[in-house]
Amino acid sequence: MDLAFSPAEEAFRAEARAWLRAHVPRDLPPSGSKDGFAAHVAWEQQLHAAGWSVVAWPKAYGGRDASIVEWLIFEEEYYLAGAPPRVTQNGIFLLAPALFEYGTDEQRARILPPMAAAEVLWAQGWSEPGAGSDLAAVSSTAVRVDGGWRLRGQKTWSTRASFCHAMHGLFRTDPAAPRHKGLTYFLVPLDAPGVRVNGFRRLDGDEDFAEIFFDDVFVADQDVLGPVNGGWKVAMATTGSERGLTLRSPGRFLAAAERLVGLYRRTRPGPLLRDQVVRAWMDAHAYQLLTLQTVSRLIDGHALGAESSVSKLAWSELDLRLHETALGLLGGHAELAAGAPDAVDGGAWQKGFQFALAGPIYAGTNEIQKNVVAERLLGLPKE
Amino acid sequence: MRFAFTDEQLELQRVVRDLLARECPPSRVRAAWDAPDAAPLTTWPHLAELGVVGMTAPERFGGLGLDELDLALILEEAGRAALPDPLVEHTAVAIPLVAELGDDAFADRWLGAAAAGRAILTVGLAGAPFVLDAARARLLLLEHRGELHAVEPGAVKLTAEPSIDGARKLARVDWHPSRATCIAAGPGARAALARAFDRGAFASAAVLIGVARRLIDMTVEYATLRTQFGRAIGSFQAVKHLLAEAHVAVELARPCVHRAAYALARGEADRAVHVSMAKAYASEAAALAARTALQCHGAIGYSFEYDLHLWMKRAWTVAAAWGDASWHRDRVATAILDPDLQPGAPHA
Repeated sequence: MDLAFSPAEEAFRAEARAWLRAHVPRDLPPSGSKDGFAAHVAWEQQLHAAGWSVVAWPKAYGGRDASIVEWLIFEEEYYLAGAPPRVTQNGIFLLAPALFEYGTDEQRARILPPMAAAEVLWAQGWSEPGAGSDLAAVSSTAVRVDGGWRLRGQKTWSTRASFCHAMHGLFRTDPAAPRHKGLTYFLVPLDAPGVRVNGFRRLDGDEDFAEIFFDDVFVADQDVLGPVNGGWKVAMATTGSERGLTLRSPGRFLAAAERLVGLYRRTRPGPLLRDQVVRAWMDAHAYQLLTLQTVSRLIDGHALGAESSVSKLAWSELDLRLHETALGLLGGHAELAAGAPDAVDGGAWQKGFQFALAGPIYAGTNEIQKNVVAERLLGLPKE
Repeated sequence: MRFAFTDEQLELQRVVRDLLARECPPSRVRAAWDAPDAAPLTTWPHLAELGVVGMTAPERFGGLGLDELDLALILEEAGRAALPDPLVEHTAVAIPLVAELGDDAFADRWLGAAAAGRAILTVGLAGAPFVLDAARARLLLLEHRGELHAVEPGAVKLTAEPSIDGARKLARVDWHPSRATCIAAGPGARAALARAFDRGAFASAAVLIGVARRLIDMTVEYATLRTQFGRAIGSFQAVKHLLAEAHVAVELARPCVHRAAYALARGEADRAVHVSMAKAYASEAAALAARTALQCHGAIGYSFEYDLHLWMKRAWTVAAAWGDASWHRDRVATAILDPDLQPGAPHA
């Protein structure tokens, strides 16, 4: 065991820190409006121009071949510098790992560079009105035609889809096959004829949700990711990333824990809130240790499987605890909306709390994760 | 950066696990409940022969000169087996403490015998009200006002204080500190005693990980075999979710324990924060595992004749020893949130 970072890793940290401290924008509007979203995209384009948008990717696609440890370091520095969550995340953190695993060379060369550059923004199209936790119940269909497929159906709860250019998601290609074996993974331009995107507001007021309707939408064969009727496996490659490492690195929670300590020192609460603060701080650091252990196992050549469900349960609960605790510290100020004259930290804690409430729901509800832990890690019998 | 154990450390863990499966089955744990407080330990000679009992002693005393990173997984196995023998007090705490604070004559007199397992050393530190295995120990190392004292059990008054975990033989020790009993005093002694307390807290946290894992394993096995409403109870989500929550708690606690081992082995300045995180999480995870195990077993788990309570009681008692979860969380809070305050004593 050796927890020291190498000189190269420390140099990488210093370089990332210096650039981020100098360039992270201080006055970004919320990303949940058209103008706000454009400002966030501009920030990510600036990130890309300096080579920091996708550090762990190969150089050929816009990355800098950083190791997984360096990627964790970058994430820590990114959030400690006060940079915003990534509006490109459903592309760079969810679709990209599936492309690296299942994509063709042609697909990677065509799709990854503009994704890294925040020129093509990706949304995820998994959930449907009748398929949430039961993802394999997807009923949107794709029917084979000359040179490609025709898509029909509806996706929903698609984050940022009204601002995005393309969508990746599951469609049923063999209705006669067993549920998990008749699905195919498609990459769909959202400006294709027959696509209609209808944005609507989330709990926190952002126009960040959308439903997407497909009315006989043509998708060429080159936009099928992985094998026809093999979409479930592609989706599972994504869930591993979504639940665990790439989507929610410890960096953002460590940064939030530091801000919470700052809020504690400003508010000086009584002993019960003090205990909640230290629990939240400890949870963020315990999650960092869990992640370092996972990363070491990956480096040692072990595959990451259902353990990502443990990570998901851990980060989603700790994120909620961090923000609930902050609201407790804020007392009567907690309810103030962003823009209220006396809102503390611009209302960021309330905003973060409402976003954290989504954590136990998206990326597979925590109830589904507990089933995965029980069945696949503990070996309990299926229902 | 590599946050993982070496192949040698993992191999020693396997060897100890196999040895304990052979030499310390539940029947031995039950036998320890019924044995007198001063009765010889039955697994101890096997562990001594393997070198585990003396693994923290310097090599010139017949030890292996190993550190907390080498010890962490062994202690997990001790917890998994509900081993009654005092690996925490003797191997993790007393031997390093004597090696640090004893003069040459004292070390010569005790460390060889301790490393070989012939003499059990036990400790009473940081105001702990009772001393484990005082009746069968040859030497008691006791903290008094920042000084380290050593007394032999014949020279003090021992009053047995039965624990709910019958394998833990506790005693109250009435004794009179004197110049003759004092081994070390001064700032160096205080610092070494603080390290010794942290070693005990870390080591008991490691034991708790093993206890919790065993409780979950036993419960998974039971929930797979036990049928109600015509199916295995482990197929019900209500049961699955309880076990998944306990599993997550243990999986989060474990890397904290390993981080504490690293902090101790490397002598890091913020050792106490890592140790306290480990003990706080491990204590809560073990308590949750015990509660979950009992609930999922139902009435059979509430039966004295059924083995489950051997592990539940170990979880409860070790969670409370060496500072409980609240005390350790408070110590982290003081270090992180209010560094100008001093933490109180764990057993006030």
